[in-house]
Amino acid sequence: MRFELTELDTLEAESVHIVREVAAEFERPVLLFSGGKDSLVLLRLAEKAFWPCRIPFPVMHVDTGHNFPEVLDYRDRRVAELDVELVVASVQASIDAGRVAELPGPSASRNRLQTTTLLDAIAEHRFDAVFGGARRDEEKARAKERVFSFRDEFGQWDPKNQRPELWNLYNGRHHPGEHIRVFPLSNWTEADVWEYIAQESLEVPSIYFGHRRQVFRRDGLLISTGPHVAPGEHEEVFEATVRYRTVGDMTCTGAVESAAATLEEIIAEVAAARIGERGATRADDKVSETAMEDRKREGYF
Amino acid sequence: MELLRFTTAGSVDDGKSTLIGRLLYDTKSIFEDQLEAVERESRARRYEQVNLALLTDGLRAEREQGITIDVAYRYFATTKRKFVIADTPGHVQYTRNMVTGASTANLALILVDARNGVVEQSRRHAVLSSLLHVPHLVLCVNKMDLVDYDQGRFEEIREDFESFCTRLDVEDLTAIPISALNGDNVVSRSQTMDWYDGPSLLHHLENLYIGSDRNLIDPRFPVQYVLRPQRAEFHDYRGYAGQVASGVFQVGDEVLALPSGLSSTIVAIDSLGQSVQEAFPPMSAAIRLADDLDISRGDMLCRVHNRPTAGQDLDAMVAWLAETPMRVGGKYVIKHTSRTGRALVGGLHYRLDVNSLHRDLEATTLGLNEIGRVSLRATVPLFYDEYRRNRTTGCFVLVEEATNNTVGAGMIVEKTG
Repeated sequence: MRFELTELDTLEAESVHIVREVAAEFERPVLLFSGGKDSLVLLRLAEKAFWPCRIPFPVMHVDTGHNFPEVLDYRDRRVAELDVELVVASVQASIDAGRVAELPGPSASRNRLQTTTLLDAIAEHRFDAVFGGARRDEEKARAKERVFSFRDEFGQWDPKNQRPELWNLYNGRHHPGEHIRVFPLSNWTEADVWEYIAQESLEVPSIYFGHRRQVFRRDGLLISTGPHVAPGEHEEVFEATVRYRTVGDMTCTGAVESAAATLEEIIAEVAAARIGERGATRADDKVSETAMEDRKREGYF
Repeated sequence: MELLRFTTAGSVDDGKSTLIGRLLYDTKSIFEDQLEAVERESRARRYEQVNLALLTDGLRAEREQGITIDVAYRYFATTKRKFVIADTPGHVQYTRNMVTGASTANLALILVDARNGVVEQSRRHAVLSSLLHVPHLVLCVNKMDLVDYDQGRFEEIREDFESFCTRLDVEDLTAIPISALNGDNVVSRSQTMDWYDGPSLLHHLENLYIGSDRNLIDPRFPVQYVLRPQRAEFHDYRGYAGQVASGVFQVGDEVLALPSGLSSTIVAIDSLGQSVQEAFPPMSAAIRLADDLDISRGDMLCRVHNRPTAGQDLDAMVAWLAETPMRVGGKYVIKHTSRTGRALVGGLHYRLDVNSLHRDLEATTLGLNEIGRVSLRATVPLFYDEYRRNRTTGCFVLVEEATNNTVGAGMIVEKTG
């Protein structure tokens, strides 16, 4: 029908509005880009928001040193295509500098250590707005976070003290040293993200599709073997056809058994899924019921 | 597929949680791991029924105090539409949360318990929905099973609510008798209420015409950002980027830029990299003009014979959202479309009691969760329309300069002398 926008085009238009507001009102924005599905959609929105100009801010990857090589390849290709500046904030460098200490154990996750690396990089580059790809449907603490989410001079989030956010008017005012996290995909669902990737014919890292991989079971998750992950004595390694529903640190991201080989098959699988994406794949959220809120309060993504 | 946003309000008692749970569950929008966690938690707290507020009440403070402290957004989809529910808690910070949820809603869902009928909270919900100009209202008369599915009781409540709404600005009201617990008229038509020949709630949500919720008459394009690529292939490119607030812009249209008052012709519209012939709300686009006018962020494109009011003085209904009361004579930052300035509170005409609609003319201040009619003077001219005609160019927020907190939400009304 005339003058009607589809749901996906509506979400896209609203997200582009948010991205442009940030470019107009902040001095030093940065976009967090990990190569994961949400951040690659976010990067696509930024590309479209400023066409035919180049994206007017850098992208940043917080590199745990435990990333999937396929995802790093994808990251570098995409950055080169768009001709944007890439800042890599390295957790290894934070460890070497004594800012954080590696947790003990053969396959300790560096998930929580990322917060220090991220906050140090924000301070070093004096970033005042940091785009993230978080969505409200993925986790309880995120369900109540604002699109423009204020962080104090310690990078902390105070969930009880959030600014009211009405209409499409976003309040990004802050004092020097404070910053705003911006979540343009707040109202997107996992299904929206995949449908958009299909609509835009976006390339995604290969590990999102079904492939054969050596894995073992830990806390109900299928963990890949690799240079940073060692199975324990009683953890039996076997080969399976799997794909990743989320892409994070190799040590705490689980695969799901799936042979989905195309975007259409992934979309069908997401529509039929009976378990949430973080519940299915993230060891970092299984620590406690408020694990995400606790990390976010400290300044996590 | 279209997107429909709706808002709900109420407490656990009136069955809101059961209703939303049924919508989510019957459309397969709750994951098993989420539902299991909520069931476990509900049992642990000795609730009689599964309390779906626990789905999103994930914050430490909420879990510790057993309350909902904020608007929760939930998502579900059918084959016809995608839905965003802004679910607002019934008690704490009622007005602030309700106003936030209603600001972007196409529809407000008001639940009443068939045994109790229309109560203060239902009236307050209707008043705020009307003030925020939510285009569609649905009155769900719930717990019909507890009044023997009695048609007379339903009609009585419907008439009571309709008569209250005649005092408000309500354009579209639908009343549906339901039992959220048993599923009557929620997803499918009830077998037990054969006297009711209207749609089920979900059928209504799926098929309601929302195309006219947007203003397609008054062309307004607040300029957000100017696109000027520093590249040889786009040497002379100058695109005015923004989101269409209202009306339709077409290639070939003569447009007027404010505040300059200069006019030019649209030569191209780029919608995110694609050339299109027209742009309408809520599209994000970049408009190119035949002439090189000096246009920047905060300016507005409109039509020569259809322009907004341009001025520094305005009257508005303001909802106060902060602990620190509004001060007459106080100065605040004002954000309106893509324009930011400062505004002085010139006066408070009255404070509105959202339960009784009584206007308190003696009021001298607005406290947290209070609403009143306020006169403001801005340091820069604003290009605005009356809120009831245009929800995008008629709204603004006030920000306190010292703390940078958002303290007020304003809906512009016509000035009366």
